[in-house]
Amino acid sequence: MTQRLLLNLRVVRALGMRSVRQTFRRPQLMAPIVVFPTLLLAVQTGGVGAAVNLPGFPPVDSFLQFMLAGGIMQSLMLAGNSGGIAFAVEIETGFTDRLFSSPIPRSTIVLGRLVGTGALGLFASLWFLAIGLAFGVTIAGGVAGALVAIVLSTASALVFGSIGAAIALRTGSASVVQGLFPLVFVVLFLSTAFFPQDLMIEPAKTIAAYNPFSFIVDGIRDPMISGISVTETLEALLAIAGIGLFGLVLSARALRHRVRTG
Amino acid sequence: MNAALPNWQANLATIRALMARARNELLRVPGAVIPGVLAPIIFFLGFNGVFGGLTQLTGFTTGSYESFLIPVTLLQSAGFTGAAAGVNLARDIEQGWLDRLLVSPAPRWVLLTGTVLAASTRALAAATAVLAVGLLLGVHFPGLDGLLIVYAMVAAMTAVAACWGTMLALRFKTQSAAPLMQAGMLALIFLTPAYAPLDLLQGWLQDVARVNPATEVLEATRQGFVGGVTWADTWPGIVALAGMLLVLGALSLRGMRRTAV
Repeated sequence: MTQRLLLNLRVVRALGMRSVRQTFRRPQLMAPIVVFPTLLLAVQTGGVGAAVNLPGFPPVDSFLQFMLAGGIMQSLMLAGNSGGIAFAVEIETGFTDRLFSSPIPRSTIVLGRLVGTGALGLFASLWFLAIGLAFGVTIAGGVAGALVAIVLSTASALVFGSIGAAIALRTGSASVVQGLFPLVFVVLFLSTAFFPQDLMIEPAKTIAAYNPFSFIVDGIRDPMISGISVTETLEALLAIAGIGLFGLVLSARALRHRVRTG
Repeated sequence: MNAALPNWQANLATIRALMARARNELLRVPGAVIPGVLAPIIFFLGFNGVFGGLTQLTGFTTGSYESFLIPVTLLQSAGFTGAAAGVNLARDIEQGWLDRLLVSPAPRWVLLTGTVLAASTRALAAATAVLAVGLLLGVHFPGLDGLLIVYAMVAAMTAVAACWGTMLALRFKTQSAAPLMQAGMLALIFLTPAYAPLDLLQGWLQDVARVNPATEVLEATRQGFVGGVTWADTWPGIVALAGMLLVLGALSLRGMRRTAV
């Protein structure tokens, strides 16, 4: 039993490593995770930085300090989408069929992809924290705060990856998964990723108040701008768990569908 | 049949054929409209909902953020449509289609012109869709003269982006260069007073925006939406576009001439 578990873990690790290497080797997969969010972070910080003077803006040292969590969130969601695209390409090229016919549990194939996306989430959070620190951002929660942000980011990437994987398994088409790319921005704009909820205009303001992605981004942001808050962290964890459950159910159903229909 | 035609007529027929091919692709591949239409509209709606409150800042030049933002959206649409021409050329290179064009008697500049003009024509359709959404959501109508300038700026900016995209496609010869084509245009367009007037930008972005030629293009496109149209706001945009087109067009043509079969 233990031996079997260890074997499965090895498979998950190998597939996870493979997906990380694949992303680093292909610019079209890496660019959405690093290049675009970094570019938007720079442009938004420079372009909208004066917004910190608006009445009602939360107390922050700089707009970059506020925006870091938004940049991370964008990167994590695009990592989930990129993971889905790569997975769909493997289905299209028949690589997944070869894995299905090998003597490993099918769930490990999906878990391997998710572990890879989680690792990319870890990389993204470290990348943006490094950018923040390089440009003078102080993490209000200190090392513990940074760790909370990193853990929440990694867990988020994992669950966002489950949605990308589910769509890839269900459709088996890279262009369909790629076509969902704009939806990532719809979700982001309707959350508190880029601006405080109180200063957004309707209907985005009301939607952002209930959007689970707002809870996640606030959970990542809070340790950076004001220190660790138990409530914000728990709300973020609950939102991650909810989206994760949704993604896992979708993935399991899509996997069954893929195995049944081929 | 073309062999009997004078040179200029044959060249024109080739350009028309390349433009028709690009139009067919738009009709047959629905996903092709995403970069030029859907993504800019989502950005427009999103940024308007998120940053709309910025008009409360002292020094903001208009009370209508959607009117301030729509020119950026139109240029973004132009940038993405132009960059897509580069991605399509890279695909044609990968699949060997460009090789077949290169062994034809058509001059290289004709092949490039066909690709660039096709992108500019596509961008006009995309801009109309973006503009329609904007006007429905309360963007100020820029007037007929303003509208004419908008379309001219969009078409020319698309040509700039298409030259940039084709230059990279001919250099790297792979669709993997697509992020570079898109990111280059995104940087050019967003490193301007895209979200806020020049005086409200942070130090480094203000410095970059002052020397970025796309700032003049943006201001020329924006003038009708946030005020009146003047020649003083128009000619710098025309000069900036002519300069970018000259440089990138020459580099792209050089790449095309150096491409061996």
